[in-house]
Amino acid sequence: MKRGMTKREKKEARAGWLFISPWIIGFTCLTGGPLLFSLYASFTNYNMTSRMDFIGLENYIRMFVKDPVFWKSLGNTLYYVLLAVPSSCVCAIFLATLLNRKVKGTPVFRMLFYLPTVLSGVAVYQLWIQLLAPQSGLINSALRLIGIEGPSWLADPSWTKPSLVMMRVWALGTSMLLYLSSMNSVSKDLYEAADIDGASFLQKFRKITLPQISPIIFFDIITNMTGAFQVFQEALVMSKNGKGDPAGSLLFYNLHIYDEAFTRYNMGYASAMAWFLLVIVMAITLINLVASKYWVHTEEGET
Amino acid sequence: MSGKEHAIIKGGLTSRKKKKQIVNIICFILLAAASLTVLMPLWFMISTALKSMDEIFTYPITWYPHNPIWSNFKDAWISADFTRWFFNSVFVAGFAILGGVLANSLVAYGFAKIKFPGRNILFTIILATMMIPEFVTMIPQYVLYAKLGWVGTYLPLIVPQFMGSAYFIFMLRQFYAGIPNSLIESAQMDGASHFCIWRKIMLPMAKPAIVTVVVLSFNWSWNDFLKPLLYLTDTKSFTLQIGLKIFVSQSNTQWNYLMAASCIVLLPIIVVFMCLQKYFTEGMNLGGAVKG
Repeated sequence: MKRGMTKREKKEARAGWLFISPWIIGFTCLTGGPLLFSLYASFTNYNMTSRMDFIGLENYIRMFVKDPVFWKSLGNTLYYVLLAVPSSCVCAIFLATLLNRKVKGTPVFRMLFYLPTVLSGVAVYQLWIQLLAPQSGLINSALRLIGIEGPSWLADPSWTKPSLVMMRVWALGTSMLLYLSSMNSVSKDLYEAADIDGASFLQKFRKITLPQISPIIFFDIITNMTGAFQVFQEALVMSKNGKGDPAGSLLFYNLHIYDEAFTRYNMGYASAMAWFLLVIVMAITLINLVASKYWVHTEEGET
Repeated sequence: MSGKEHAIIKGGLTSRKKKKQIVNIICFILLAAASLTVLMPLWFMISTALKSMDEIFTYPITWYPHNPIWSNFKDAWISADFTRWFFNSVFVAGFAILGGVLANSLVAYGFAKIKFPGRNILFTIILATMMIPEFVTMIPQYVLYAKLGWVGTYLPLIVPQFMGSAYFIFMLRQFYAGIPNSLIESAQMDGASHFCIWRKIMLPMAKPAIVTVVVLSFNWSWNDFLKPLLYLTDTKSFTLQIGLKIFVSQSNTQWNYLMAASCIVLLPIIVVFMCLQKYFTEGMNLGGAVKG
């Protein structure tokens, strides 16, 4: 213990460490330690059982130069992220804006919009396979009502990713609640002042609401991007053979890692890919942080 | 103020009020349409579960089951080992809730209300770990559990729940931080230990946040697919998610059974959410505290 701490402070410090000890143990064994292990494993040919020889950068060279599936999976994932994040962000802001009018029944609507978020897993994936069925599915039947012949979704390589995006947008409750609570905390004075100046609803939305909630938009985009980059279970369950078909259109980055790690036991190679994913996620966060300086509104004095 | 001016202002007010009413009506219609979009998939699931296979294949589709067959639910349930899988899921989820509440609220209390050297650095590390993709740590964790001989048991699903999760720790810490220090100080004057304060003051006061942890822990454990897939090897020890996946591959064409089983799998989550959503949305509003 540091000199200069009183007996009471020492006692406090001991209590503090005791209280956070579950996390310290968890962090050491399940996060920090594994992080270092997989970094080391990414430079080896580790395969779980017999070997773990240091092979330098070979895994990374294989990844960037020799593995066409790597680039395909990365491309698929980027496509998904660029489609899913803006759509769910816009829809969540739209619903939050409607809910923020506080019309009759708002609590019920809020609950209904949140409901799909708690539903996930195999049951929901099966449901969406049914909904997206080309002939008998709900979505194409509804489209037929307004005279549109829908695509064959999960069977058509160019529509598989939009299908999964729809499923993701369906479950946007967390973002919606986040936006709603931040809209609630925007000062009413700003709107009243704008009302006196005769501002329209859209003007108020653009000039007051959006700047005021921009820190939350920023937070939501980062968490959504990090999440979307890790899209995996949907593809494993909803693609025909669990390998990302049709035509490898659902072969996402994590599905490729999963396949290398747990069906071929190329743990070294899979670790290298996982670390590259970590680098991507970090880079995105950094880029967002820098970009946010230009568009995220901060109050004076607030950092 | 002259009578004329007064009339103008009054007229302006009523027209503005009228305008507001119209906007509200449009809002309500849009909200209703959006809820319909959200609910239709669920309605489709229930109605498919109640249809016969013949009706499922009629074209164009029927929007509600013309001859609802309620026994589909029972038949689907007993056509596989769902009862056993259900209790396995309950077992795992029970530990997830217990561990989630205990570990996270203790750790969050430590970070929110006890001063100790290194606190801020460690809390920053917690926030940073939220950014780490699951797959980076998943492979080493698998190796660790394999070496410990835990693969094929429930331990990899249960033990980590007692070590806290970054998301919950953050959420609960924000909640605890809002509880005034004077309460703790006066309890300490009376000689209460931190553990005692945590149990007698903090836990009861943080009820909405704790309920949120309960709902989300239950939800994540119940819906978890990847971990059971990796760690459970025996059909008898499967959870519902893996069991349902097996059922799908066995009865690929029995769509009504498939949807019936899916309904039952989702039902506990819907019930828990409906019962606790009042606290839950309140607790989630803390998300607003992440500003900046």
